[in-house]
Amino acid sequence: MTSPTLTQVRRRGPRRRARAATALTPAAGVGLGIALIWFSILVLLPLSAVVITTTEGGWATFWETIRQPQTWAAIKLTVGEAVLVTLTNVVFGTMIAWVLVRDRFWGKRVLEVIIDIPFALPTIVAGLVLLALYGPNSPIGVDVANTRIAVYLALLFVTTPFVVRTVQPVLLELDPETEQAAQSLGASRFTTFRRILIPALAPAITAGAALSFARAISEYGSLVLLSGNLPMRTEVTSVRILTYIENGNMAAAASVASLLLLVALFAIVALDVISRRVARR
Amino acid sequence: MSIEIAGVSRRFGDFVALEDINLSVPTGQLTALLGPSGGGKSTLLRIIAGLENADSGTVEIEGTDATRLPARKRNVGFVFQHYAAFKHMTVARNVAFGLEIRKQSKKQVEERVREMLRLVHLEQFADRYPAQLSGGQRQRMALARALAIEPSVLLLDEPFGALDAKVRKELRDWLRRLHDDVHVTTVFVTHDQEEALEVADQIVVINQGRIEQIGTPDELYDQPASDFVLSFLGPVTTLGGRLVRPHDIEVTTAPVPDAVPGTVTRWTRIGYEVRLEVTPVAGGEPILVQLTRTEALHRGLGEGIGVWLRESSPVNGSAAPAAVLA
Repeated sequence: MTSPTLTQVRRRGPRRRARAATALTPAAGVGLGIALIWFSILVLLPLSAVVITTTEGGWATFWETIRQPQTWAAIKLTVGEAVLVTLTNVVFGTMIAWVLVRDRFWGKRVLEVIIDIPFALPTIVAGLVLLALYGPNSPIGVDVANTRIAVYLALLFVTTPFVVRTVQPVLLELDPETEQAAQSLGASRFTTFRRILIPALAPAITAGAALSFARAISEYGSLVLLSGNLPMRTEVTSVRILTYIENGNMAAAASVASLLLLVALFAIVALDVISRRVARR
Repeated sequence: MSIEIAGVSRRFGDFVALEDINLSVPTGQLTALLGPSGGGKSTLLRIIAGLENADSGTVEIEGTDATRLPARKRNVGFVFQHYAAFKHMTVARNVAFGLEIRKQSKKQVEERVREMLRLVHLEQFADRYPAQLSGGQRQRMALARALAIEPSVLLLDEPFGALDAKVRKELRDWLRRLHDDVHVTTVFVTHDQEEALEVADQIVVINQGRIEQIGTPDELYDQPASDFVLSFLGPVTTLGGRLVRPHDIEVTTAPVPDAVPGTVTRWTRIGYEVRLEVTPVAGGEPILVQLTRTEALHRGLGEGIGVWLRESSPVNGSAAPAAVLA
């Protein structure tokens, strides 16, 4: 049955233009295959496992877990802080990228390197650093240990590089002459920023924001030390999940994880939609 | 006078980009700033537009002192070498940009955009994005965008520099015709002497931050104020210690007074034109001579033939008597 169709396709394939869009060369076919397998093993499989574990407990377990007051508080705190941190990063990350690309100042090279340190630092080390600086023995007299500010600071510390690093290359590619063209056409600095720069940078800012948000809702190491993990107050979802696992309640842990997965997915789609809107203006 | 520049200087660190520039650009004319790269002509244009600040001196546009005005308040149309298109906007939105900022009504904007696109022959491309246009089309879009705001002056910075030779030639002719229709005071920067001679009403030759000469294309060509201007406007050769144009050399096969004797050592024919290299009997660099094929054949010229060369019409400004030009 299939063999005549296959030979037919093979014989006619190269000539048919309609097929050209999806036709793959042998090399490209192998590449696509490897990419799919790789992606499946590393990403799809674990994700499916989480979802399957969730469904094992049934819908009731899922709801019960989510609506459990301590868990719900943790989810609200995590998502809320993540949104806040992402918004902060969008503003300040873009600004830092701007300064790094457009301005010349002493120590710029050093700053370029330092920006990446939160990336490179093991998160628990970041947590120790923050605890030393903003904890009870703070040398600068700022003690925010065991407060929500601690969560905010820790998340901000680890997510700062994302927007900077996504916006920077796009800004480098941006032709300053387009801004000058806008000015010569009568645009104020603000109008130029709003109508020329923001649309051009929107996809990069969104990408950075998505990364920053995803990292923020999943962060653990950098905030456990400083936030104190106080139930109902400073406990985040990753800590909550760990507690469930330690108690052997895998279904509950998976339930919270699945919800976070959903939130992340929603955030990424929402950001993408926003970015398209802005870029089209 | 539409643009009045007085005592403008600009330095970048140790580099003197412009030194004490004084220039009047007449209303409604097409003026070329001509000179080699790095000579300061683009800097001057950007200072007129307000995209660059002068260290000293003043810029007046249509009678008002614009020295301290920011670019957006000068009502100047500026066209960049690399188009500076707004990539995320369609052609129509690009052209509409300046009008929308001027808070014109939607209907007015639409009308003006349509009119401008017709002027630059891009009506059918209104909904395309700049990336979907060729270089020449992009530059015409940039021109429409600059003209849409009805600027007091139109400034073009090497507008055809990024285009290939054929398109450059077409756009050059087209710019000339457009200017004859629109009559906006226009200043354009170029390092291509042919472009300047062909298009401009007035040429300002700028070299090493100074104005070498100002004049019509004819004046510049016939009365170059310096060897620099002479050599910048076309090929030159040295005859008897003076710079002359290769086609201003008279060739004879018999001795004449005050002529340089030599031998034809190279003969190149390009279409109707013949280029000779004549090595002087006294030695030294070969002298270049340009003449028509008919003339060359008529005089019986060929490689190895002995000739006498002299200047047919002295053009070098310092030596040229005014009567010759009249």
